[in-house]
Amino acid sequence: MWDYTNKVMDHFLDPKNVGEVENADAVGDVGNMTCGDALRLSLKIEDNVIVDAKFKTFGCASAIASSSALTEIVKGMTIEEAEKITNQDIVKILGDLPEEKMHCSVMGMEALQAAIADYRGEEASDDDDDHEGRIVCTCFGVTDVKIRKVAKENKLHDAEEVTNYCKAGGGCGGCLDDIQSILDGVWREESKTPVSTGKEMSIVQKVMKIQEVLDKEITPLLEQDGGGIELIDVVGDVVKVKLRGRCAVCPTSHITMQHTVQDKLREFVLPSIEVEEVK
Amino acid sequence: MSNDKKIIYVDNNATTAVDPLVFEAMKPFLTEMYANPSSIHTFGGQVAKYIEVARESVASLIGANPKEIIFTSCGTESDSSAIYSALHLCPKKKKVVVSKVEHPAIIALGQELVRRGYKVEEAPVDSHGRIDMERLEELIDDDTAVVSIMWANNETGNIYPVEKIAKIAKKHGALFHTDAVQAVGKIDINLAESDIDMLSLSGHKLHAPKGVGALYVKRGVRFRPFLAGGHQERSRRAGTENVPSIVALGKACELARTYMKYENTHIKALRDKLEKNLLANIKSTKVNGDIENRLPNTTNISFEFIEGESILILLDRLGICASSGSACTTGSLEPSHVLRAMGVPYTAAHGAIRFSFSRYNTEAEVDYIIEQMPAIIERLRAISPFWEG
Ligand SMILES: Cc1ncc(COP(=O)(O)O)c(C=O)c1O
Ligand code: FES
Repeated sequence: MWDYTNKVMDHFLDPKNVGEVENADAVGDVGNMTCGDALRLSLKIEDNVIVDAKFKTFGCASAIASSSALTEIVKGMTIEEAEKITNQDIVKILGDLPEEKMHCSVMGMEALQAAIADYRGEEASDDDDDHEGRIVCTCFGVTDVKIRKVAKENKLHDAEEVTNYCKAGGGCGGCLDDIQSILDGVWREESKTPVSTGKEMSIVQKVMKIQEVLDKEITPLLEQDGGGIELIDVVGDVVKVKLRGRCAVCPTSHITMQHTVQDKLREFVLPSIEVEEVK
Repeated sequence: MSNDKKIIYVDNNATTAVDPLVFEAMKPFLTEMYANPSSIHTFGGQVAKYIEVARESVASLIGANPKEIIFTSCGTESDSSAIYSALHLCPKKKKVVVSKVEHPAIIALGQELVRRGYKVEEAPVDSHGRIDMERLEELIDDDTAVVSIMWANNETGNIYPVEKIAKIAKKHGALFHTDAVQAVGKIDINLAESDIDMLSLSGHKLHAPKGVGALYVKRGVRFRPFLAGGHQERSRRAGTENVPSIVALGKACELARTYMKYENTHIKALRDKLEKNLLANIKSTKVNGDIENRLPNTTNISFEFIEGESILILLDRLGICASSGSACTTGSLEPSHVLRAMGVPYTAAHGAIRFSFSRYNTEAEVDYIIEQMPAIIERLRAISPFWEG
């Protein structure tokens, strides 16, 4: 039996947003019966914001949980924000997934991308990838483009890990050598161009990081003075927060904002962060 | 385990509970009767006698002579020992014939033999999992060292015409081995008048502990030991005997004989009741396997358009333990090789659930499963993009 987190079990046993959005503005269909899992994501989009999201999934508990988590994440996001979602964002919401089940979170990300492409009137990006790339794994129809993408996003170095994330290599195994040389190529290139952390963060990663810094670094400081803080919203690099308790009525609250909250967030999350106080 | 919830265990083809009488029988050999049966002292000699009692009991369950029984560590070891022995003893022959639905203990062994330069042919099966006998006969030729076809399949319960196949093998001068791990204790087996040369069985499928098995080698069939070492088992299986488990296996075989009728009446009735009701109450379900030739305790049912792991987890929450042919449960990505060999469509293979009964199951348990199953299936179908109601 798999060791699923409580979050996975919650989303599996009580999935959020099951069904299909009526008059959907975007639909993303990925996977198929042969592969053992499939996901249809439908979105309602108004003024570039995802106002509703629903799913239908064929698959194991973690596939259903990943789909449910995905719909929760994207609701309220702009298309541009949603576009940055990676499978890791889904994994974070779920606490964790067993390694062998990572492909369930990747399927979620792909459904979202397919839906966004559909909204923009493009060919589904999943298909796009498949046409652009060269099929590496014939058993599961996975291209080199997709293998590079999951490898980069999830820092995969071994062919067997790739199997966990996108199934490639999990059938006859004939493509494992090929996958390994693609990985070796990816990391050779990558080591030449060091990535700046932070900028690559998706919105969900950013929000989670900000919340973490608020909880671990800032709240303890404010609590010393009988205050507190609550995260209200994140729009781009602008973090909106509300002060609580003594801080909220403190005449020098703007100084607290400036020196405690903003500085800590700039230090731990992104140097470009601006903090705005919501009264 | 900290589970006070009642367990309904319908996964007896995976393993079975040790019968309390079996446990009682083996206990002294874990405590005071610890001597090495090979030792010269009386203490050792006493222990050795119990091994022979167990051997008689195993032999008698399958209509064999005690001299034809070699104790091993498990079904898998019995399978490997049989095939390697056959290949060693016919060094000129380079071919092994098996079926596509064998247990991994044979399938993976076949793959290993291919790496070692042997030719391994897998006979195909039809959509009910029945072996294509014509094709099988074509595959067996004078270059074939050994043919190995299971007596009963662990996933579908299908029973194969092993006596008939043994005759075909014999005609071509090939040895015949059968993996009877799922058959022994569930159906009558009588090797007295048989052409079967070797047969594997395993303790934990018939209420003995895990980690003990036996290999039957027909008198007159040469055998080469798998392990090099001491002279245990008349020099056919080296290694100090697992005395407690061997005694347990003996006791379990003795009990299996007394329960044989029960297995084929009561246990069969439980299986049939479950199957009939699930098929009647739930749409788009079907049985995988050969309804006419099946073990009495096994049913394999496909619930179309949903995935097996999800079903198993929902069952598990009710304390119901079953198993699935779905890929997701094992971490492999392809559904069961048995169902694929049968050409079961993917819509059905991923949602295949196996229920396998034993003498510890009750009708109340069956009724509970019948009551709970429709809601579970409905719930998952409501989420499935392939289900159209
Ligand atoms: C048909 C068959 N053969 C072999 C085995 C392996 O037996 P053991 O677990 O004792 O090695 C099993 C058990 O899973 C089985 O069902
Ligand atoms: S080609 Fe990739 S697993 Fe078969």
